[in-house]
Amino acid sequence: MAKASVSSSAHDRLILTKNNRRWDEVRGRALVTTCAVIMIAATIAITIFLAQKGLQSFFVNNIHPIAYLTSTNWNPTGENASYGIFPFIFGSLAVTFLSALVAAPLGIGAAIFMSEISPKFGKKVLQPVIELLVGIPSVVYGFIGLVVLVPLVRDHLPGNGFSLFAGVVVLTVMILPTVTTIATDAMRSLPNSLRQGSLALGATRWQTIRKVLIPAALPSLLTAIVLGMARAFGEALAVQMVIGNTRDIPGSIFDTSATLTTIVTLNIGHTTDGSIENNTLWSMGLILLIISFIFILVVRYLSGRRKV
Amino acid sequence: MNSRITDRIATGVFYTIAAIMVALLLYLFYFILANGLPQVTWDFLTSESSSYKAGGGIRDQLFNSLYILVITMIITVPLGVFGGVYMAEYAKPGKLTSFIRSCIEMLASLPSIVVGLFGLLIFVNKMGLGYTIIGGALALTIFNIPVMVRVTEDAINSVPKEQKEASLALGITRWHTIKTVLLPYAFPGILTGAILASGRVFGEAAALLYTAGLSTPSLDYGNWNPLADNSPLNIFRPAETLAVHIWSVNTQGLIPDIREVANGASAVLVIAVLVFNILARWLGSVIHKKLTAGK
Repeated sequence: MAKASVSSSAHDRLILTKNNRRWDEVRGRALVTTCAVIMIAATIAITIFLAQKGLQSFFVNNIHPIAYLTSTNWNPTGENASYGIFPFIFGSLAVTFLSALVAAPLGIGAAIFMSEISPKFGKKVLQPVIELLVGIPSVVYGFIGLVVLVPLVRDHLPGNGFSLFAGVVVLTVMILPTVTTIATDAMRSLPNSLRQGSLALGATRWQTIRKVLIPAALPSLLTAIVLGMARAFGEALAVQMVIGNTRDIPGSIFDTSATLTTIVTLNIGHTTDGSIENNTLWSMGLILLIISFIFILVVRYLSGRRKV
Repeated sequence: MNSRITDRIATGVFYTIAAIMVALLLYLFYFILANGLPQVTWDFLTSESSSYKAGGGIRDQLFNSLYILVITMIITVPLGVFGGVYMAEYAKPGKLTSFIRSCIEMLASLPSIVVGLFGLLIFVNKMGLGYTIIGGALALTIFNIPVMVRVTEDAINSVPKEQKEASLALGITRWHTIKTVLLPYAFPGILTGAILASGRVFGEAAALLYTAGLSTPSLDYGNWNPLADNSPLNIFRPAETLAVHIWSVNTQGLIPDIREVANGASAVLVIAVLVFNILARWLGSVIHKKLTAGK
């Protein structure tokens, strides 16, 4: 444009700007495509590098994968070193499912409150509340868990406070906003005709919610729960601060426990690169990656089943 | 009659749930601010942290958090915005696009500790850089990109179709339309998203433990040479951020005043997130009003 205003010949104005525009177009296209390629490259690089590193304990150190996954004996530094990570898999799954079990009804309840019961209060008060809850950093949740929840559990419930239970409570609070946000979107995107049709048939609001709206939104609501579980499963520091990090399978939810993420977080910095223990930790990292793949597949499957 | 009673009960339950959520937030904020604000003094913010004595501050950690945030956003915003433009304007429905979408979804749902492990593997183990700010910033970039892409894509898709069609109908090329019509219109949305993403980056710790590290060399704030070892601007130095600091004082437990330092640091962190939130809303609406000439 600057060019056109300086020189005023018709050739300059028409032909040159056209060429410029064409080059502009090509450059713009190249720019955005590069960015897309970088995203693909990052994903592939993460998968390849973590897989290569994570498989070393099986191919270089000859640890049997089945024994690694199912043995309950984690003793990497003892004389007869043994690398069984089942207790941590169990811990991870336990905190994930238990926290989802508590957060799902609460989160979906809050979503229904916002979309069906009181949209005005929902939008004005609950929405910002949830956004702020999402914003609180996970270490802060962990810290509050450590100084408030753990002593509370110690005083009123069995055990020493550091427990699976404390981990579940912290995670529940952390995934609650995730579940609520996605569930709210799901409820709000339901067509109004569903509500009106049901109400016109004489159904009460609760009947409408239970028999019409929840079934219609079910795949999206499940997506909300699964994404909450994915977050719970991958959370490291907050859980690590309250769960106690012991290597045994907990006997009750008031026992100390550990998860894959907490063991990796605690030990990867202390072990030497290339040692067997270090490699087994990288394998846990690979398992985390694989399970987060699985969560995505589940989400994809669910979004394929969306009815409305 | 019966169904009317259950309807009442259900409504009551939903109100209770909403009340629980509000109470939860109020309690958390009350706890953080009531315990933390008394610790946040000028001295606390401007003195060096101590590794074993009481009375350490958070000056370096605060600076590191902000510095890593700035560097992360410098890398993320262009990548994310142009990636979002690609997804909104250039991607054709098909296998490739759905693959890119899967990639974005995957990056978005990666546990942050896994991103940290990847950073550790590449920057510390393979490249031998050790714990560095740039390593930390790139790790944060990985899970920040999907957020920026989604925000940009949504913002561009929310531009009225007529605007875009009018521009194309005037013979303006696609890229020029994106530059001069779509991006300006989408700008408030993108800005809001970027600020909210900043809040997330600011509080992130797990991805930084093994990429930016748990320590900070002693810094000389007068030294602005980005290549000097003791310069705060050096991107190849280890840098413990505020969030990592909260974790490490609690886990390592070497200083006697863990509670005080962690309380103060949590308060600063939460206030920062609050500020980001408010700023995002306020700026978003102000700019939207300016651009659309609305009142």
